[in-house]
Amino acid sequence: MQNGESDVLNQFQQGNAAAFETLFHQHQRAVYSWILRITRNPAAAEDLTIEAFWRIFGAHARFDPARGFEGWARRIATRAALDWLRARRTENELSTEMLAEVEAPVEADPAVTAEIRLKTAMAFARLPPKLRIAATLAVIEEQPQKDVAAALGISVVAVKLRVFRALRLLRKDLEKQGITP
Amino acid sequence: MNKDRMKKLLQQALPPVKGDSEPRRDLWPAMRRRLDAHPAAPALNGWAFGVWFDGALAAGLVALIAFSPASIPVILFYL
Repeated sequence: MQNGESDVLNQFQQGNAAAFETLFHQHQRAVYSWILRITRNPAAAEDLTIEAFWRIFGAHARFDPARGFEGWARRIATRAALDWLRARRTENELSTEMLAEVEAPVEADPAVTAEIRLKTAMAFARLPPKLRIAATLAVIEEQPQKDVAAALGISVVAVKLRVFRALRLLRKDLEKQGITP
Repeated sequence: MNKDRMKKLLQQALPPVKGDSEPRRDLWPAMRRRLDAHPAAPALNGWAFGVWFDGALAAGLVALIAFSPASIPVILFYL
């Protein structure tokens, strides 16, 4: 860690607003991008980025400059995104309109119809948020499990367990709807 | 249905977000407004409560495991 960067982190830890602004500009893109992976909703991701930095600012006294900013910020951002997922009603959140905003896959499998994709997305939205967030990051976004574990504040084993449970619940839900790809 | 097939189906239904995305606008002005509107540090009382609550929860779990080791698999399942 360079001296300038280290100074900014130390000043932020002491509650310096200018240091916070510097860190905001340095990390807003990474925090936004991470939250977008979880929420898949650009407007919500923008609001949650501000919420996450608000929490970060409030927690400055607990920040340890020796451990770096990015991982700590990501963990707080993940918690903010998880709160957002919990606050939303799963049945209503994935409306057809919202799914239309989601980009179609580049290499679309012709065997997977639009109806199957919609039902899969709806079933996924019905999963408990803490399972959904682990599966989103580890399976859909293919993030390294240790990064997912660090962001969620749990062990890698717990991430694997959550992903396993998420996929099992999803499979059961899809089978009830007659989908067995 | 194995894990790879589930993964493929999920990525067809919910395509991964590509690369590093950027917000559509600079978020600092909105952040600045929020800081100006609420100059006090947020949620410090909540944090103190959280620490107390986490401690009580951990103590409860330890007690439960000590008195009823059979509960360990159940606790692991709901982890």
